[in-house]
Amino acid sequence: MTAALPSPPPPTGWRGLVELLRPRPNRAQAIVALLVGLLGFAIAAQVHVTRSGGTLATARQTDLIGLLGDLTARADRLRGQIAALEVTEAQLTAGTGGRAAALAAAKARLQTLGILAGTLPATGPGIALTINDPGHQVRADVLLDALEELRGAGAEVIQIGPVRVVASTALLDAANRNVTVDGVEVAPPYAFLVIGDPKTLAAALGIPGGVLDTVDARPGASATVDQLARVTIRALHPAGAGQ
Amino acid sequence: MIILLALAAGIGIGFAVQPSVPIDLQPYLPIAVVAALDAVFGGLRARLDGIFDDKVFVVSFIANVLVAALIVFVGDQLGVGGELSTAVIVVLGIRIFSNVAAIRRHLFRA
Repeated sequence: MTAALPSPPPPTGWRGLVELLRPRPNRAQAIVALLVGLLGFAIAAQVHVTRSGGTLATARQTDLIGLLGDLTARADRLRGQIAALEVTEAQLTAGTGGRAAALAAAKARLQTLGILAGTLPATGPGIALTINDPGHQVRADVLLDALEELRGAGAEVIQIGPVRVVASTALLDAANRNVTVDGVEVAPPYAFLVIGDPKTLAAALGIPGGVLDTVDARPGASATVDQLARVTIRALHPAGAGQ
Repeated sequence: MIILLALAAGIGIGFAVQPSVPIDLQPYLPIAVVAALDAVFGGLRARLDGIFDDKVFVVSFIANVLVAALIVFVGDQLGVGGELSTAVIVVLGIRIFSNVAAIRRHLFRA
């Protein structure tokens, strides 16, 4: 077989390549040709497999198992997310209408009750009633009349001096001829801040023989009513402990 | 010339027949092909170096293919088949490149 090698120094470079191409039919060439032909066949077969089967068909078992495990874990995660989101959706769908309405109603009720109970500040149109009484002639009964008159005229929120008036507010004559409102001593001039319809309130106070007349009848005392578009009452009644 | 014809004939027959590779052989065929390519380029280089021996070529061709397939097979049994395939491909690729570089030096003197 070694006889195939030329006895003179083998040609190199392009000459060697050309020498290679020269057919030299013998047994060694046949075997080499067979092997190279097999190689070509294998290349063609592999190219065919790669083109037709995609990547998964030629992947080995361990890789496929790994891929399958990854996909299963991913699917499980996504299924869990779907379940959680569906529960949330159901809750939201069922609760949206009723809950929002109930919340709004509860908030409005809380606001109303807070204003009535005196635990919340309030703002609105109203009047400012000022009773000047340098001679301390106006007593608690006059102030109580004024208060009742205001309530009767639809006053919603009332503040006397620094004190927020609520349902249980008490007016008492103090020893030094001042007036205590809910235990807080208030000296003249007595400033009423009232939220309600200004015209109605002013008319209620100004009726003949009403509060204004009564106050004016006291020596040195006078009362003035200012109708205001905006009265802000910030005095608060401390909330009692719940029962 | 005969060898080139044989290569062309093999590729042509392969594409014409569209053979289906047995599923057990599928992981090893690409490795075997690359190993055979390495042997072919090594033979070409040896021929240009003037030291070509057909017996050496045949033995190296078959041994290359078998060893490459065996390494991948053992790797599969050990659970590192993918990594060993990559390793074999890298090594054979480096060898092919160095052989091609030697052939290039023969042909272009550069």
